[in-house]
Amino acid sequence: MIRLLIVAAVLLLAALPLLPSVFGSYAVTLFTLIFFYGFLGQAWNVVGGYAGQLSAGHAAFLGIGAYTSAVLSVEKGITPWVGMFVGGALAAALGALIGFLGFRFGLRGFYFVLLTVAFAEICRIIASNTDAIGGAVGYYITFTGDPRQFQFQDARAYYYVALALMLAATGIVAWLEQQRFGLYLSAIREDESACEALGVNTFRYKMLAMVLSSFLTGVGGAFYAFYLFSLQPSSVFGIPLSVEIIIRAVVGGAGTVFGPILGSFILSPLAELARHYFAQGGWHGAHLIVYGMLLIAVVLFLPEGAYPRLARLFHR
Amino acid sequence: MLFGGVFSLMAVGLTLIFGVMRVVNFAHGDMMVWGMYLAWLMATRVGLDPYVGFLVCAAALFVLGFVVQRALVQRIVDAPHEMQILLMLGVALVLENTALLLFGPEPQRVRSGLAQATLWLGPVFVDVARLIAFGVAVVLTLLLSLFLFRTDLGRAIRAAADNTYGALVIGTNVRRVYAVAFGVGAACVGAAGALVSPLLPFQPPTGLQLSVASFNIVIIGGMGSLLGAFAGGLLVAVAESLGAVFLRPSLKELVSFSLLVVILLFRPTGLFGRRTS
Repeated sequence: MIRLLIVAAVLLLAALPLLPSVFGSYAVTLFTLIFFYGFLGQAWNVVGGYAGQLSAGHAAFLGIGAYTSAVLSVEKGITPWVGMFVGGALAAALGALIGFLGFRFGLRGFYFVLLTVAFAEICRIIASNTDAIGGAVGYYITFTGDPRQFQFQDARAYYYVALALMLAATGIVAWLEQQRFGLYLSAIREDESACEALGVNTFRYKMLAMVLSSFLTGVGGAFYAFYLFSLQPSSVFGIPLSVEIIIRAVVGGAGTVFGPILGSFILSPLAELARHYFAQGGWHGAHLIVYGMLLIAVVLFLPEGAYPRLARLFHR
Repeated sequence: MLFGGVFSLMAVGLTLIFGVMRVVNFAHGDMMVWGMYLAWLMATRVGLDPYVGFLVCAAALFVLGFVVQRALVQRIVDAPHEMQILLMLGVALVLENTALLLFGPEPQRVRSGLAQATLWLGPVFVDVARLIAFGVAVVLTLLLSLFLFRTDLGRAIRAAADNTYGALVIGTNVRRVYAVAFGVGAACVGAAGALVSPLLPFQPPTGLQLSVASFNIVIIGGMGSLLGAFAGGLLVAVAESLGAVFLRPSLKELVSFSLLVVILLFRPTGLFGRRTS
């Protein structure tokens, strides 16, 4: 039965590239967001889900990737197709620094969460005070529609890029799960002391997970920058964005290959609907109330997330 | 500097909850914002000055804290930290956005007759409002210490914090003690919210900043230490105002975050914390 589910999922994924030809423009936008947040959730999943190191500062990596690719493109004319990897590398460098400090000094649980939050906030404050990148007002990219500069007239191009990002990240995670590395990460999450006792170099594997996760998130930053064309420190480095990333992975099932994707399919449409319908009636923040309740419900009743439960349902 | 007293009261509430239950209240700042909105409601609808109304806010937040503990936190007291953090994050999202739904995104400020008054104290001149906020916050913290050290319920709370199992063995109703402690912690932050409501413009997202600020303070002072939270509040307030003077006002938070990172790395038990296993 589980095989059937996987086959169905693969078929669904195979159908995704064909959908824009049938979809209206609104559905294309919606699915682009689902893919992109699914990608971010998947990137977080490496360190937050598999390795169990709860990072609440992933916005820092996204922000660094976004600002790097945008500034390189606008000021130096370097194409974001290259800039996204420069941004990813810089984000990975910050990830390595945070990981080094956090893991070397043995910060766990709440203390690690706070360390990641502190670094994200430091990035936000520095970005809002650096006039060269627009300060608190933000950084704006002029739309030229040049595909070489990662700018597309056709919204469907973004759909495909987001889909490719999500599939690439999911492929990496699925591959990792088969490797010794992935098993080490899960083992570290379940019982770190036991791992160390068995001679696993937990520091090394946690570092690798952090660097990979922050690199992917930084690459995603380029998409964010050139999909929205404006960057504000308070939103791109803000804690709410980190929460948006975490909540998708957790609701869908942290530490599973399909969890973050499922989470994004559940939550992103909810957020979009709420933004469109509730906000018009002055119902600000309604979708975040639903997020909060879902998070509480998941922790209390479904601590491993929606995907493992769904998988078991089909398994029977 | 005078903000420090209110910072301290806020952090004392957080550290009390953590000290007793080992649960970090991620909704702390949002509870404070609810205290502010209650003070605002009372000031605009009933005409009650926030310097009196803070008592009502504290009582209302006590009830909120008590209920949240009973309904949600009690179920995850023994769960892994990650789960506790996610649950409290959920509570924070609900509280913040319910405020957004009810009160809207516009910044508010409570008008108080005292907010405009100033006073010359020798060579320095002081806002009366800030002075009152500071004084009341200090008095409330002292009252809380008296409660914890001189009353039976307070002793039960400290017993449950030191040794939950031991407290259970000698017949303490630990569940009730937990709920009361959460309530008292929420009441502290509710009162703190009401006290700064005439001084600090607030809107629902302010809660997140306040949560993070109170995490800073309790980590710097030492998780679970009342004295640490109090001293940490003053220290952070002084450090931030020095940062605002010597750097730029918008960079003042950078000082406290850098302080946080240094403390996290080199003295994770904080300046006044005891080393626990």
